[in-house]
Amino acid sequence: MSVQTPGVYTYSPREFHRQAHDALGNPQIRANFRKAMDGLMTKRRDSFGDWDLEALRELGANIRLRALAKLPDLLEQLEANCKANGIRVHWAEDGDQACRIIREICQSHDARSVVKGKSMVSEEMHLNAHLEEVGIEALESDLGEYLVQLNEQTPSHIIMPAIHLNTDEISEILHDKTGIERSRDVDYMTAAARSQLRERFMAADVGVSGVNFAVAETGSLCLVENEGNGRMTTTVPPVHVAVTGIEKVVEHLRDVPPLYSLLTRSATGQHVTTYFNMISSPRKAGEHDGPKEVHLVLVDNGRSNIYQDDELLDTLRCIRCGACMNHCPVYTRVGGHTYGTTYPGPIGSILSPHLMGLEETKDLPTASSLCGACGEVCPVKIPIPDLLVRLRRESVGEGRGNVPGAGVKRTRKEAAAWKGFQWLATHPAIWRSGTAVAGKLKVLAPSRLGVWTEYRSAPKPAGTTLHALVKRHQASKAHEEER
Amino acid sequence: MSARETILKRLRERADGPLSAPESDFAVATNRGWSVEERLARFERLISSVHGEVLHLERDDWTQGLAQLLADKGVRHLALGKEHPVAVDARRALADSGIEMVDVDRDIEAWQREQFEQVDAGLTSTRGGIAETGSLWLWPTSDEPRLISLVPSIHIAVLDADALEDTFFDVVEAHGWAERMPTNALLISGPSKTADIEQTLAYGVHGPRELVVLVRHAGAPAGEKA
Amino acid sequence: MTPVKLYPSKPKKVYFFGTCLVDLFYPEAGLDGIRLLEREGIEVLFPEDQTCCGQPAYTSGYAREARAVAAAQLGLFPEPWPIVVPSGSCGGMMRTHYRQLFAGSDLEERANEVAGRVHELTEFLVHVCHLKLEDRGEPEKVAMHTSCSARREMGLAEIGPALLAQLGQVELVEQARAAECCGFGGTFAVRHPEVSAAMVEDKTTAIAEAGAQRFVTSDCGCMMNIGGRFEQQKTPVEGEHIASYLWRRTS
Repeated sequence: MSVQTPGVYTYSPREFHRQAHDALGNPQIRANFRKAMDGLMTKRRDSFGDWDLEALRELGANIRLRALAKLPDLLEQLEANCKANGIRVHWAEDGDQACRIIREICQSHDARSVVKGKSMVSEEMHLNAHLEEVGIEALESDLGEYLVQLNEQTPSHIIMPAIHLNTDEISEILHDKTGIERSRDVDYMTAAARSQLRERFMAADVGVSGVNFAVAETGSLCLVENEGNGRMTTTVPPVHVAVTGIEKVVEHLRDVPPLYSLLTRSATGQHVTTYFNMISSPRKAGEHDGPKEVHLVLVDNGRSNIYQDDELLDTLRCIRCGACMNHCPVYTRVGGHTYGTTYPGPIGSILSPHLMGLEETKDLPTASSLCGACGEVCPVKIPIPDLLVRLRRESVGEGRGNVPGAGVKRTRKEAAAWKGFQWLATHPAIWRSGTAVAGKLKVLAPSRLGVWTEYRSAPKPAGTTLHALVKRHQASKAHEEER
Repeated sequence: MSARETILKRLRERADGPLSAPESDFAVATNRGWSVEERLARFERLISSVHGEVLHLERDDWTQGLAQLLADKGVRHLALGKEHPVAVDARRALADSGIEMVDVDRDIEAWQREQFEQVDAGLTSTRGGIAETGSLWLWPTSDEPRLISLVPSIHIAVLDADALEDTFFDVVEAHGWAERMPTNALLISGPSKTADIEQTLAYGVHGPRELVVLVRHAGAPAGEKA
Repeated sequence: MTPVKLYPSKPKKVYFFGTCLVDLFYPEAGLDGIRLLEREGIEVLFPEDQTCCGQPAYTSGYAREARAVAAAQLGLFPEPWPIVVPSGSCGGMMRTHYRQLFAGSDLEERANEVAGRVHELTEFLVHVCHLKLEDRGEPEKVAMHTSCSARREMGLAEIGPALLAQLGQVELVEQARAAECCGFGGTFAVRHPEVSAAMVEDKTTAIAEAGAQRFVTSDCGCMMNIGGRFEQQKTPVEGEHIASYLWRRTS
């Protein structure tokens, strides 16, 4: 399964190594990501300034844990309150079902044109391709998403979809696809996109958006954005469809401000975004704008499976800020497309195996040096490195079997090698023969040790061991004391 | 079984058993303890940092400042309400200015293209402001609908200095939002912007290119207050 | 996040867990660590049956094998003395992950007890021994590479630089992105060799561009990786374990 409609570029998590090789060899990609990630890391650090960041992260984690602890109740409460407010609520077990629901809403309004605000869930379920198959045009309106769509690509970052492109490349795309003049003037390009998209907002039959937080207590849908395309999408077309994963619910309205603070600072280092848009009902009698119909589609798509397991559950805390990718030394070097998944980077590597199975994604949990930068910056304190290790365990069949495709990466050779390691490390007398052990340990990665020396000199066994040195040292000390 | 029932059943019959919910300590989201002056200074600093303009006016003659602003910006068509005191004052003051007052108490279907293409600026009241983030909070109404703070190229927002509070959390709590959420509640912090082209900031990508906040001070001008 | 850690007062004796990388590749670094501790008047006990903390199996997903190896280490520290480890990585494994590895097992209590006594060497020298150093070496520009485990798992970002700052003749240079991983990551370097290579390339470039004549690190994995890259590039920047560096310049 590939993540996008047939186009110029197709990426798959199965091809992680090849895609990483290509990205590493592409100086433009390397430079674009390095520059962007360096800037984002600095901005995040500065934005928390005088805040008690640890206390805020603690609260963020706690709010999300509380929401997950009460998840089924909160979903019912959300549904009841949305309905009471006039929002129609739909449930989808998987992406296809969610696509069908949205397609049917569109068809019931004879919609030909859908305008979209940024929604990663809609990417996850390939909504655009689904709608296009039935002749409904789905147009992305977030500038980055718009550019990526024009370029027949998928987003390379969950917050900044076009971060892999530089100004020249974007100028070329806008020129090729929309006919405007080539220009490096960002204001000119932005203004051109504005007027192109404004026509589309006016003409759109349905607006589709994501949701950042769904508030159970009030039946409110919260959307975080800077551009205003989210407000356009949810206000201008006569029908608004919000689509979200079931984990995005929070219990109370008061839970929202701390999460919003964490989200904007973690994502882009902003103390706040331009808009925080909270929608609690369709247009009421006497009101003059806003959609007359609002729908909420609650999508499971593997989430209730993640929910079963105490450790994996932490994956669902995520508020999709992207800080883990901004700080990931692997993501920074290979870029988002290399992962071949909707969600790239560390969060993608712990989430995608549940969405796509470990057979597709088996190279992702290992695509981390476990440096811990992701866990350190996560605003809701998801122990991402621990979850990567857990998925490594699942992929070699040493976990609880709670992930689709568990055991797919197990090979008899590797399992035997680790058994051998265990045997050596639990037989200290043999271990102490030192250099002999060094030779034996090589069997752990017989075919791949060569790659180490392509880039580095081979480590040289010392010829003696610490065990031996300590013995000598102790003997000489004893000797000195005797004298 | 419906999708709804299947999902809820799976969540309720969780393999690792029921979860316990932790209590939350919201202290970090409140209790800033800023003085009135600190709030105002902070609000102005933060909203200015994201390209919002702030003008300080006296409540009694704020419309003079508005008229001057509209003249400076070359606004010919101003969208505004009719009932809110801000709109009432503005309409009265601008009656002979030659600026066209665009009525917004019409269903958008009747005048969408006009709103998108002919209105230069939208004037709205605000319910208050948030010092910590430099934000305005608005609950659009029939009198001042959602789109007039979004579609025109300039958004002029009127804020009373004494309606500034410390944090978003404080606003939500103090005004009982949870009991009475409107159709649409908004925080606005600056004009529309994007950094999607190589991290370079550009304003007005979809919404207003400019946000001007008219801060109205009661009584004596800000500088002379105790 | 590292929980607030309470340090013991300086003990009479400590256990020394040398780690398998030190044992096989950098035994001198281990011995220098022992010498530093002894110079502070501490008797160092080196349990002869120690092998490996089990981390390579653990991070590869082979938790059962890791548990068996770790279990074999748990019995080596019967007295309540602190356990000093010249590696943030192995120290982090023992301090943090032993608790997870043995949770719910018969050995849980013992694992927690052992984990609570584990200290990384430089951390122990600074916070427990309150080490004072007198530099006897030549002037030198040095870059510090604190391993990711020491930095994030053990919360020791400040320790190495603080120790080097005590050396009067040593100038600690500022490298770009000092907190970024060098790309070792144990089996990561062999499972994703090209990505790892790109990371170590950037690391050696940053260290060289900072003008360092030498880099010092508290983890032998990073040393093998960064040093190996420098050696292959034939860039004359040498790596040294911080224990050896401190011992060499102050003895």
